[in-house]
Amino acid sequence: MGGLESPDYASHDSGAHEPHTPVFTGAAKRELDELITRYPKKMAALLPALWIVQRERGWVSDGGMAEVAELLELTPAYVKGVVTFYTMYHQHPVAKYFIQVCTTSPCGICGADDVVKSLLRHTNTGELGVPSPDGKFAVIEVECLGACGFATPIMINEEFIESVTPENVPAILARFA
Amino acid sequence: MGFPHESHQRETAVLSQHFGVAEARTLDGWKKRGGYQALEKALAMAPADIVTVIKDSGLRGRGGAGFPTGMKWSFMKPGDGKPHYLCCNADESEPGTFKDRELMRWTPHALVEGCAIGAYAIGAETAYVYIRGEFTEPLYFMEQAVKEAYAAGIIGKNAMGTGKRIDVHVHKGAGAYICGEETALMNSLEGRRGNPRIKPPFPAVSGLFGMPTTINNVETLIAAAPILMKGADWYKKMSLSNPKSTGTKLYSVCGNVQRPGTYEVVMGFPFREFLYDLCGGPVSGRKFKAVIPGGVSVPIQSMEEAEASLMDYEGFVEQGSMLGSGGVIVIDDAQSMVRVIARIARFFAHESCAQCTQCREGTAWATKILERIRDGQGAMEDLDTLMDISENMTGKTICVLSDSCATPIVSGIKKFRSEFESLIQGRMFHPVLAAVA
Amino acid sequence: MINLTIEGRPISVAEGTTILEAAKQVGVLIPHYCYHPGLPVAGVCRMCLVEVEKAPKLAPSCATTVAEGQVVHVHSEKSLDARKGVLEMLLINHPLDCPICDQSGECELQDYTFQEGREDSRYREPKRFNPVEDFGGDVVYVPNRCILCTRCVRFMDDVAEDPVLNVSERGDRALIGKFEGKDLTHAWAANVIDLCPVGALLSKDFLNKARAWELDRAASVCPNCTQGCNVIMETRENQLVRMRPRANEFVNAFFMCDWGRLNYRWMNEKDRVDQPMLRQEGALVVAEWEDAIAAAARLLKGKRAFVVASPMLSNESLFLLTQIMQGGSGTFRVMEGDEAPLPGVEDLALRRERAANVYGAEALGFKKSRDPLAGLGKGDVLIIAGEDLDGIDAAAMRGAGETIVIGSVMPHGVEGPAVVLPIANFSEEEGTVTNLRGRVQRFTQARQAPGLSRPSWLVLGDLLGAIGKQSSFFLPSQVFDQLAATNNKFAGLSYDTLGFKGLPIAGEPNKQKTAIAVGAA
Repeated sequence: MGGLESPDYASHDSGAHEPHTPVFTGAAKRELDELITRYPKKMAALLPALWIVQRERGWVSDGGMAEVAELLELTPAYVKGVVTFYTMYHQHPVAKYFIQVCTTSPCGICGADDVVKSLLRHTNTGELGVPSPDGKFAVIEVECLGACGFATPIMINEEFIESVTPENVPAILARFA
Repeated sequence: MGFPHESHQRETAVLSQHFGVAEARTLDGWKKRGGYQALEKALAMAPADIVTVIKDSGLRGRGGAGFPTGMKWSFMKPGDGKPHYLCCNADESEPGTFKDRELMRWTPHALVEGCAIGAYAIGAETAYVYIRGEFTEPLYFMEQAVKEAYAAGIIGKNAMGTGKRIDVHVHKGAGAYICGEETALMNSLEGRRGNPRIKPPFPAVSGLFGMPTTINNVETLIAAAPILMKGADWYKKMSLSNPKSTGTKLYSVCGNVQRPGTYEVVMGFPFREFLYDLCGGPVSGRKFKAVIPGGVSVPIQSMEEAEASLMDYEGFVEQGSMLGSGGVIVIDDAQSMVRVIARIARFFAHESCAQCTQCREGTAWATKILERIRDGQGAMEDLDTLMDISENMTGKTICVLSDSCATPIVSGIKKFRSEFESLIQGRMFHPVLAAVA
Repeated sequence: MINLTIEGRPISVAEGTTILEAAKQVGVLIPHYCYHPGLPVAGVCRMCLVEVEKAPKLAPSCATTVAEGQVVHVHSEKSLDARKGVLEMLLINHPLDCPICDQSGECELQDYTFQEGREDSRYREPKRFNPVEDFGGDVVYVPNRCILCTRCVRFMDDVAEDPVLNVSERGDRALIGKFEGKDLTHAWAANVIDLCPVGALLSKDFLNKARAWELDRAASVCPNCTQGCNVIMETRENQLVRMRPRANEFVNAFFMCDWGRLNYRWMNEKDRVDQPMLRQEGALVVAEWEDAIAAAARLLKGKRAFVVASPMLSNESLFLLTQIMQGGSGTFRVMEGDEAPLPGVEDLALRRERAANVYGAEALGFKKSRDPLAGLGKGDVLIIAGEDLDGIDAAAMRGAGETIVIGSVMPHGVEGPAVVLPIANFSEEEGTVTNLRGRVQRFTQARQAPGLSRPSWLVLGDLLGAIGKQSSFFLPSQVFDQLAATNNKFAGLSYDTLGFKGLPIAGEPNKQKTAIAVGAA
């Protein structure tokens, strides 16, 4: 608190305390085993392993971190230190459609703030980081998405959408009904 | 090639000529366009000869620092009995920069080929392409290309039937600007926090997994193939200015400009023409106020400086800035420079890895002051404080992230002081705000 | 050797030495936070920046090795400005709650700010806040005071090899974190408290107990196992309130285990015998020291003595006991527990045997036994020295001759001792102990002994004289000199040569731990 934080999305806490069922069984385990072969050290498969957890579960829980830690012969505290470094790993469950809007300077001077306002209004979320009443959407601001020439880019889950304007927001959201 | 716009006649499209052509993404399409001929040629050469060609071409790193590529490759000592690694820095995260994104999503095989050439030249059997996690499209196309290249025997245990092993792996980042710093990238690849490392040791001595490593930007590696095919002289001649800046350079242009996009011009191209002709000038009714020519880390240029610049490593330095990553951010007269700079500072505060004191604390402190000034709560002495904090953030940390934060603050206050002052004079600092929250 | 100049002082040091360590050798302490000689270099606090002539930038002296001909300026304007900047940055989010902070008075943030920081702050913004967190073990974390030097993380990662701490988050949100349910339970974890240069990691045991400047400190050796970690005993109003490790690269590097650290209360023991006593008409009565010593000497004259000694007694006292025994025998017992090594330092562990001078006792001929009274002969005079006999079957004492108690408490099960001679306990006297690698180390007095208690060496020296042996010891060093003169194992040693890092007895190597930089933290 008091640091320069973007609004957290800790509010979507449903399921955060359910017991962890292993992610790495069957195909996911085989996928990780193959990934490990790409590196001379097991630990290098940490970021890919966490991506698999997030893909399978929508977020990276403490249980997921502990499972990855064991598989890669690390400690859970170590894994948590890594997870908290990278902003793309969700440490809490997120809305069904998690919308990340770039508001860094280049997009900022091209109207990204208005895109944010439009998204907040049309998703009915009202506030950054707060899920919509139906739990479907949440909107956060993020730093540079690396498509500055296509201001304003947004990401809805894994989908990258360029050239979003306040006006075309409703049409985009309609695809995520 | 001005993508997504029509190519401008003054452009020299070498690396970008296939942007927008979906077919070039596939192995067949790439081969049809001459793909993998350079690799075939390279694998028949001695690695040292490849390094010589690249050295002769004058190619310099396209990620920002501009280090001569051939010299970097020559640091890798063959026959030292250690595994060597090539890292491709595809963590393009510098605000204003998106050229590598275009290269990877339109010509992914060009990068696979560039990685294979680079790996072979430095005696590495493994190349890792570290792509930022937000780049879903480039990640997808790169993974497809790697898969195709393996299936076709272009890379793998027996690359192009030469008996040489070249593995290329795509590694997905997870949201951290600092992983574009070369040693932070290596830490991240190893499964650590993306903290920059103290140098020395340099990567060529102890890099990825503690082994000799070369790290190159996407554009740099891709440039190796045409150089090998057409020769060092051909590349060297593509320069309108300083002989130390050769070849073509991709620029991503964004901000308040008619035609934002990715352009490719030869070194030494006049920036004035670039901004007003190629990029179409300001949007109607507006005037340009400032330009950041190389991503947010480089000094902000006034229009006088920008219009006098030649677009190469030396040309931008002469006009008070740097070529950097080639991320051109154009700012028009409708923008508040204080707002722009405050937002840049916030970016760096968000991205600081937290290792060094001046960076961890300084980036956030500067942001708080700038945002206070932006909100009409500034005081004149804040400007002195900002200048002094910036001094403390410059040249004193492990990497240059804090320098990068200080650069636009210092150049902004120097060149656009009146904008700060008028915001401050509107309302003086109110001491109640100093209370601990 | 590399020749360079630091603050105008020429010095020659081994290749590979850092500027920071080289500066120590010429008596210049370069301010630093993240650097610690017992930990891998991090180079993150940027406090140790110094000016090196001809270098383009200031150099982090902890991470820069010396080079031939280097000229280093530690206190130049440029270096001072840089460090002033770091100090200001470290303080902008710091709560400045020194009046309620345990670290106050021994805080490196206070010290260096006082030495070379700004007298004001230009920070006008809200401060960051994070709640206090119990890290488990003896450790509590106060994140608002943390300067992210990462010493604690590196200790747990690289020395304890139990990575339960991390740096979490990044930028100004960063703080030291742990994983829910995984605490600092490692047997050596509390070292992170000493390593923390500020008040961010605190001892629960010491919390709010004392201000650093109220403490009296004495160089000592941990009495709690045979490792013999060097410690500082800290007292307030004659009560031991804290034990902390004292650096010794031959024994414990910079560390001590949690068990040893927290096991000091017994030295503040309450039920003391603090006056000499004699048995008169079946009851113990208070006596003058001279009378008590004389009475004990009378009992011993011409008799075989059987000594049950404590392995906490010093080499000096055990030696005197062997002189007093006159052909009798001595035994001792030692408490045992699980061994707990510190993996990052060679041959350093909380040892199975939980007393300081087991090896000294054995070297002096005392026999280790689970039943120290076994072998007590009929009619032997029994001397119980420093041993409380807790849990020992007292039946064996019946049938023996008279009993002389030389101790700080009355032993269990002793019926009608003839003489009681009250002595100081480990924290109240001076002496030497011998650790499990044969290292003889001095410990000094940290507390005043209660009542009329006297140091054990003095009491035993007087007793030796009273039974007619030559004895004129005014200092424990004289006892030690005699020990060294009469026992080959201790030959050549003296308090002067032992210093405060000790020396091994004959035949044992004087071996420095690997990978430990020499010098105080």
